[in-house]
Amino acid sequence: MPVQVKRLLIVFAVFIGLMIGLKVIFTPESWREYGAYRGYALTEIADKEAKYVQMETCVMCHDSIGELKDQGMHINLQCELCHGPGYIHIEDENVDMLIPEDDQFCVRCHAINAARPQDIIKQIDAEEHSEGEECIMCHNPHQPGL
Amino acid sequence: MVSLLNPLKMVYATKRPKGKGKWYGIGIDIEKCIGCASCARVCKVENNVPNEPFYFRNWVEQYTITNDDEIIVSSPNGGIDGFTQPVPDEEIYKTFFVPKMCNHCAKSPCTQVCPVGASFESPEGIALVDQNYCIGCGYCLQACPYGCRYVDYDKGVIDKCTLCYHRIKKDLDPACMMACPTEARIYGDLNDKKSAISQFIKDNNCAVLKPQLNTESKLFYNDLSQEVH
Repeated sequence: MPVQVKRLLIVFAVFIGLMIGLKVIFTPESWREYGAYRGYALTEIADKEAKYVQMETCVMCHDSIGELKDQGMHINLQCELCHGPGYIHIEDENVDMLIPEDDQFCVRCHAINAARPQDIIKQIDAEEHSEGEECIMCHNPHQPGL
Repeated sequence: MVSLLNPLKMVYATKRPKGKGKWYGIGIDIEKCIGCASCARVCKVENNVPNEPFYFRNWVEQYTITNDDEIIVSSPNGGIDGFTQPVPDEEIYKTFFVPKMCNHCAKSPCTQVCPVGASFESPEGIALVDQNYCIGCGYCLQACPYGCRYVDYDKGVIDKCTLCYHRIKKDLDPACMMACPTEARIYGDLNDKKSAISQFIKDNNCAVLKPQLNTESKLFYNDLSQEVH
């Protein structure tokens, strides 16, 4: 074999060896565990903290409000939609949750809009219906039928 | 190496598990949506999404088709700021709300274009972003035809709906699913014939957004009008 070919083959071998070495060093450990991505990422994403605890957890302590809510139209509504996320409160019950008094909490769903199906939700025109008064002056948000 | 031998395998981000593995799908019932945007609001809190407009993992749009065949789409801060009717009742032919989110496509364009492999689909079919690997090039942002990704400027990476993967793994529901007051949003295992989502697809006339792009979207809408794009 001519010496130039031998030298070229040595150079090729060095470069290919370098590339394979770098690939082995820099590929993360969980690569290709499930597919063409870092498998450990699934664990990292799954370990994030969940902020909303859902109704079942709230009524474990607040069972009287839960029973009241079960009697009315708001039975399917999650507590945390109005009261905010509960993940701090369940660890330390001295931390208060949000207590909504603003009308915006009610108007979000109940404002009149042609796209809202009439048979699913009652709608009101905010100014005409209450004339400036707050919703909770007349309606109990946990059991609106009262 | 396997992909060289079988190039067709590269088109699917993850293969649908046969038999026992979970394969998540989502259903949204447009007939039931009241446009309260609780889903959008709750998602922002749960997933630390920046509060400004245009950073959404999911959002709600109101489509109004007038009697003159004009299509008006409005989405004030994704629906979080409350909807107002753009035209009075007499001029409306039909109007409805369309909540949108990541479709978790089976043949997702976003996972195909990622140059580093940070955009991927989990074995259960949920499209995720590996934020420790993402370089923030934004190619997936451009590739997604549904516009559901955004740049997280604090970290310099891309973020998107994860179907609350961190909640699903703890046996909770995704935030938007639990927040919906009218149960218009359903999710579940498409491989399980008895799951709510399989029943939803059987019982309703379902359609997906942009079917012509062949993304095999797993977000099925009931009562989707042709004007929705």
